Amino acid sequence: MEDTSPSKTAEIAARCEEIFTDLDFNAARKWKAGKPGRKVIGFMPFYVPRELIHAAGALPLGILGGGDQLEVIHGDAYFQSYICRIPRSTVELGISGRLDFVDGMLFPSICDVIRNLSGMWKLMFPRVAARYVDLPQNFDGEVGGEFYRSGLQELRHWLADIASHPVTDEAIRASVAVYNKSRALIRELYALRAAEPWNVPSAEVYLLLRAGLVLPVEEHNELVRTYIDAARSRDRPFKDNSRVVVSGVFCEQPPLNLIKSIELSGCYIVGDDFMLVTRWEKSDTAEDGDPIAALASAYLHNSLSTSAKYEPDAARKGAYLIESVRKNRAEGVIFAMPSFCDPALLERPMLQNALKAAGIPFIAFKYAENSGQMQPIREQAGTFADSIKLWSGE
Amino acid sequence: MSTIITHPKVAKAWVFKDASMAKQKEMMNRHYGRLADAPQTGEKVASTFVPGNLNELLMCFGFAVNLPEINAIQNGLRKTSGNFVMEAEKIGHSEDVCTYVKSDIGMMARGNIGPNGRRLPDPDVLLLSCTGCFTFMKWFELLRERYRCETIMFHTPYMADGKIAPDMVKYMVKQLEKDVIPKLERVSGVKFDIDRLREYLKKSARAEDDLVWVLQSAKATPSPIDAYFGGIYYIGPIFGAFRGTDDAIEYYKFLREEIEGRLAQGKGPVTPGGDMGKERYRLVVEGPPNYTNFRQFWKMFYEEGAVVVASSYTKVGGTYDFGFRHNPDKPLESLAEYCLNVYTNRSLPMRVDMLENYIGEYEADGLLINSIKSCNSFSAGQLLIMREVERRTGKPAAFIETDLVDPRYFSPANVKNRLESYFQMIEQKRARARAAG
Ligand code: SF4
Ligand code: SF4
Repeated sequence: MEDTSPSKTAEIAARCEEIFTDLDFNAARKWKAGKPGRKVIGFMPFYVPRELIHAAGALPLGILGGGDQLEVIHGDAYFQSYICRIPRSTVELGISGRLDFVDGMLFPSICDVIRNLSGMWKLMFPRVAARYVDLPQNFDGEVGGEFYRSGLQELRHWLADIASHPVTDEAIRASVAVYNKSRALIRELYALRAAEPWNVPSAEVYLLLRAGLVLPVEEHNELVRTYIDAARSRDRPFKDNSRVVVSGVFCEQPPLNLIKSIELSGCYIVGDDFMLVTRWEKSDTAEDGDPIAALASAYLHNSLSTSAKYEPDAARKGAYLIESVRKNRAEGVIFAMPSFCDPALLERPMLQNALKAAGIPFIAFKYAENSGQMQPIREQAGTFADSIKLWSGE
Repeated sequence: MSTIITHPKVAKAWVFKDASMAKQKEMMNRHYGRLADAPQTGEKVASTFVPGNLNELLMCFGFAVNLPEINAIQNGLRKTSGNFVMEAEKIGHSEDVCTYVKSDIGMMARGNIGPNGRRLPDPDVLLLSCTGCFTFMKWFELLRERYRCETIMFHTPYMADGKIAPDMVKYMVKQLEKDVIPKLERVSGVKFDIDRLREYLKKSARAEDDLVWVLQSAKATPSPIDAYFGGIYYIGPIFGAFRGTDDAIEYYKFLREEIEGRLAQGKGPVTPGGDMGKERYRLVVEGPPNYTNFRQFWKMFYEEGAVVVASSYTKVGGTYDFGFRHNPDKPLESLAEYCLNVYTNRSLPMRVDMLENYIGEYEADGLLINSIKSCNSFSAGQLLIMREVERRTGKPAAFIETDLVDPRYFSPANVKNRLESYFQMIEQKRARARAAG
């Protein structure tokens, strides 16, 4: 029988941390070596249809930069000082051979930096297939939907070429089912954290999510299931922390210490936009019928929001953040955004206006994936947590 | 991203002005007058962007067209943008983001006074033509918050694979038919007439022919034009609110005649200081210019005899030199193709190829990149572009960093030093080539 004792959570977190700190992606390498012909497809934030990669029999590998442990030697020569860090550490991963087992790379349409990186990849690593994933900004099924469906078909053929076998409808439907399960588990995990944040520290949730970008989804689903069950039996002391949503962390990642610092400073993170790909579709994607149509429809009509996605309804601008605050019973928002990140920083004033209108307090700071100094952040978050308590006590 | 279409204070200092310049100035004055008068005349106003500018379509509905990038440039040239940028930062916009956006928002915060000293009207519609830059989307979402007017997303897919696929054009035409045109009809109260659009497109193509001729005249030695600093004036009408008009046709006719004259006389470009002296260096430039110190920047080139023979910036509001023209026989498709072809919507490998070819075709000495702090669309990847072009052509390349309209990021001494060393590099390369026989 599966061990779901409380100590299991720490064990899982430790395993995930090992995966997270391994900049050579040995877990993915091991999977690839497990059977001849296996392929690995890297992808960058914020979203790609992982189901298609999975249906091609390949491993989707999330690439989120090099974090604070990677020494960037070559990458800085490719980017000016006023460009965020994730492309330079990603280039570093490539040049240093850490991605030499990756057969294809996907760059979704999140911003101009990752868009341009898709072309850089083609020039720098001509032997690796690289592809830009252009997501529609028109959400009419007949317009943006048609465009996206044709993009998905092309992606499917691209993957079939890499895998050297066709990607069948049946395989995609089966993959949709596996990812539905994965998303349901992540939603359950998030709901549990919102309900009992003292039992589900965000640093652990984060590591669990990160591991999901490296491990095969089936294995990760089991890990999350076990973690949730074990966390439910935990009984850690409740602290009178402030409940916050963290916003702006959807691409370049903050150091793990930053997440820990926020929680150490008296905040429970009960909502966030880390790794949106893990729960992008809000509910199950259809497992029957035309699977390409199902994937497109889920993206268009049933997905979360983020800065990279146009909001056609002016009245709903920022609603996604307010909804996250309400649903998770948060008391405030911490905007933590990467320096030089256009999507995050241009979105921020609009989100702040929405929060002001809703009477929700917030603070903001910037980080880089290799930020070292956590003391100022801890102080800022601590003051914020205190002031939330003060306000709510009034 | 965009181009300048007038030369406010700068123009006064020019040693002489030719007919095309006078014509452009008159057009611009009229344009800004029309915008300022809109509240009185009742004309509807559309704001949109330079890349992916659907001017002919907007004209079909009688809109007066306001281009916020052009306003930011004007403010850069007039040295007012610095305060606007700081104003925007004061009200919460990050120091890290595009200064065009902040100049625009700062200008709005301070009363929205246009270059002619009159208030710019509030737009009736924001045509969010999203081509070649993600910032556009955020920019108009920000403006929508303030103006609360109809906002129309028109999404251009990225030319990631170096080609225009049929599904891209289809997607865009569908957006036009199902969304853009019906909304423009609703806001303007004018019914769409495709024949009217065809007429405008016909006119666009005529002006585009002359523009291309002018830009390609730089293949001659000496080049009769500067295709970056001067080019910025030349692209003004076609990138701005005049594509599709008789004014634009006339402007480019004048311009072409003038350049033909200069070619015949073996003259180099006109600069603010008069005719340029001997042509010593021929450069291809990648990236937008700096506007806050525009004349000073240009002077660093022409004083050294450096002329820009081709630039990517003059393709940012449309790339015409590979044959694309607006096509009255395929009106909506050609609007789509126009947007797709915009320079910043071209993949990085396409940009490298283009610059490499320019160096060959225009017999340039090398590539200079002016990297703009504000602009990820242009800037991300430029260091690789530099390496690649240098490797492929064997010609020296150099890199300078400035900003579009934020004067804090223009350091004249640094730029000048870099340029001087670059010119020395070119000399050394030539000396080595001579020595090698
Ligand atoms: S951190 Fe922001 S700007 Fe940088 S690549 Fe990610 S989304 Fe783009
Ligand atoms: S980021 Fe660049 S292309 Fe985009 S609006 Fe700013 S200056 Fe123009």
